[in-house]
Amino acid sequence: MLTDLLGIPPQVLFGQLLLGLINGAFYAVLSLGLAVIFGLLNIVNFAHGALYMLGAFSTYFLAKYLGVGYWGALILAPLIVGALGIVIERYLLRRLTGVDHLYGLLLTFGLALVIEGIFVKLFGASGIPYPTPPQLTGGINLGFMFLPYYRAWVVVASLIVCIATWVLFERTKIGSYLRAGTENPQLLQAFGVNVPVLTTLAYGYGVALAAFAGVLAAPITQVSPLMGSNLIIVVFAVVVIGGMGSIVGAVVTGLAMGVVEGLTKVFWPEASATVIFLVMAIVLVLRPAGLFGKSA
Amino acid sequence: MNILKKLALGVSATAMIASAAAAEVSDGKVKIGVLTDMSSTYSDLAGNGSVVAAEMAIADFGGTAAGAPIELISADHQNKADIAANKARQWGDSEQVDVFAELVTTSVALAVFEIAKQQNKLALVSGAASSPLTSDACIPTGIHWTYNTRALAVGTGSAVVKEGGDTWYFLTADYAFGESLERDVAAVVEAEGGQVLGSIKHPFPSSDFSSFVLQAQASGAKVVGLANAGADTVNAIKAANEFGLVAAGQSIAALLTFITDIHALGLDTAQGIQLTTGFYWDLNDETRAWSQRFNEKTGTMPTMVQAGVYSSVMHYLKAVEAAGTDDTDAVLAKMREMPVDDFFAKGGEVRSDGRMVHDMYLARVKAPAESTGPWDYYDIVRTIPGEEAFGPLSESNCPTK
Repeated sequence: MLTDLLGIPPQVLFGQLLLGLINGAFYAVLSLGLAVIFGLLNIVNFAHGALYMLGAFSTYFLAKYLGVGYWGALILAPLIVGALGIVIERYLLRRLTGVDHLYGLLLTFGLALVIEGIFVKLFGASGIPYPTPPQLTGGINLGFMFLPYYRAWVVVASLIVCIATWVLFERTKIGSYLRAGTENPQLLQAFGVNVPVLTTLAYGYGVALAAFAGVLAAPITQVSPLMGSNLIIVVFAVVVIGGMGSIVGAVVTGLAMGVVEGLTKVFWPEASATVIFLVMAIVLVLRPAGLFGKSA
Repeated sequence: MNILKKLALGVSATAMIASAAAAEVSDGKVKIGVLTDMSSTYSDLAGNGSVVAAEMAIADFGGTAAGAPIELISADHQNKADIAANKARQWGDSEQVDVFAELVTTSVALAVFEIAKQQNKLALVSGAASSPLTSDACIPTGIHWTYNTRALAVGTGSAVVKEGGDTWYFLTADYAFGESLERDVAAVVEAEGGQVLGSIKHPFPSSDFSSFVLQAQASGAKVVGLANAGADTVNAIKAANEFGLVAAGQSIAALLTFITDIHALGLDTAQGIQLTTGFYWDLNDETRAWSQRFNEKTGTMPTMVQAGVYSSVMHYLKAVEAAGTDDTDAVLAKMREMPVDDFFAKGGEVRSDGRMVHDMYLARVKAPAESTGPWDYYDIVRTIPGEEAFGPLSESNCPTK
C-alpha cells in the first residue's frame, strides 16, 4: 500500500484529501471571482479579500440588525456587496481604463487596506462568532473521519456556483457579449452593445462571488476583519497557476491546490503556507501563461 | 530691593531649581515608547488597550517624574520583528526614548532586546510569552512582567494532568513562542507522569485548523494542547468543536488564552476551558475599580497584557522618581529594590534575571448560565504562588543574573 509506505494511515489520508477539497472549494469561488474580473476588466483586484470579508460581515449585520438568517444572507449579502462593487467600479476603477495594470492594483490594494483598517478599528482583530445554521449542525461519521454537514454543504454550494458561472459565461448570450468585450470592445460597442454597463456588471458579479464565499466562511472561521488578508495572497497564487482570466482554470486549480495544501499539512505542516507558492513558481517557469491560460 | 526685583529673583530661582531637577533627566523628559501590535492578530489582547493603559499610568502618576514631564509615543510593529527593531532603533537614536514597553510577540521582544542592549535602555515586556526572555535570551536591562510560558505550563499543564489528562498531542504555532510553550508544557506533563504522543507545527497565523484537528484526533491523545495564541487559538477551538473532537472524548487545553479570546468565542463554545492568567478584572475591589476605568476608555475589559503594561510603566515611573533620574542603571536598581505593589501584583519582585515574580491564577471559563453579566467569564480555581509559577532564580540560565 502506498499509504503504508508513506507511514500515514489510509483513513488520515482520505480525511485530508476531503478537507483539502473543502478548502479548495473556497479557493475556487474566490479565484473564480478574480478570474472573471481580470478576464473582463484587466484589473488585478487586490480588494477581493476585503470584499470577501465584507460578505461575512454583511451576514453578521443582516442577522444582528435585520433578523435575516443564514439562508437569506446567502442571497442578500452577495447582492449588497456586489452593489458596493458596482459603485467602486463606476466611480473609481472606471477612471483607470487604458492606463497600466499597476494603477488598478494599487487602487484596489489601497481600498483593501482602508476597508480592513476601518473594520479592525471598529470590531477588533479577534472577530465575532456566527452560528452554523440549525439545519446543518452536527455531522456524519464516515469511518475515516467526522464530516460536519456544514463543510459538505460548502463544497456543494461552491460547485453549484462555479458551474452556474461557467454556464453563464460560456453558454449564454450575455456571456458571449462579455467575452467579445474582452476581445474587441470597440467593435462590440459598434454593434450597439453598451460595453461600459457590461463591464460594471461583470465587476459586480466578481465581487458578489467573493461575498458569497464570505457568507460560506462565516460559520466556519470567526467573522474577522483580517479573514480576507490571510487568504487573498494564496488565492492570487491559485489564479496565476490556473492562468489569469481562465474560468475553468480558476475552479480546477482552486480545488487542486486545496488538495495539495491538505496533503502538505500531513507530510510537512510547517510548509503548508508555502507549498502553493512553490507550485506557482514551478508553473511560471514551465508554463508562464498558467496551466489553463492561452499563451500570448 | 523693590517688589519687581524680588519677583524676578524668585522666578529665576524657581526656574533654576526646575532645571537642576530636569538636568538629572536626559533631554529634560522621561519618554516611554509603547511598541505593540495595533492592526494584526494580537491587536485585541495588546494593541490600543496597551497604549491606553500606559496613558492611564502616566496620568495617575501625575504627568511628571523626577521633576521632568513624562511623554508617551507608540507605534504598530504588526508582529514583525524587523519593523519593531527599526522603530526601536529610531526611537532610541533620535527620539530620546528611555524605555520600550509592551512588546507583544516573542520575535518582536527578542529583536527589541537586541536594540535595548546596544543602547542600554530598559525593555518592559508584557505581551510576549516565552520564558527564555529571562533565561538564555535575557539582557541586563530587560524585564518580563506579566506571565511566561513556564507559568502557563505550571498552571494549566499540571492541572490538566492531575485531572487524568496524561497523554498529550500539541498543535503548535511555528515560531519561537509556540516552541517555547510546547517545550515548557511537555516538561511539566512528563514530570507529572504524563506522556507526549506527538505534535504538529502549524504556520503562523493560520485560519483553517480542520486538517490539524483531524491529525490530533488520529493521535488518540486524551488532551490536545494548543500552543498558540489569539486568533489562532480561537480558530483552533472552533474547528475542534466543529469536527467533534470534544464530543468524541478528547479535551482541549488552550495553553495561552486571553479574556478577549473568550469574548470572541462566546461562552457557549468556550465554557469549561481551563487557563492560566496573570490578571482578571474581577479579582477584588482594586482590580474592579481599575478595570472599570479602563473599560470606560476602551469599551472592553483589560487583558492581563494591558493590565501588565500599566503596572510595569507605573513601577518604572516610581523608580525614576525614587532615583531622581532616568539613568537606566539607576532606575533598574530601584526597580529591583522596590516591591511591586499595585492592583496587578502584591509584593511582586523584579529579579536580577529580569523576571517579575508575582502570583498567577488558574481559572475555568464559566458556563453561560453561571455568567451574571458582560465579561463575567472566569471562576478562579487556584492562586499559583509566584515562585511556583516562575521557578526559582537558580533555574534561570541568564548569564547576567
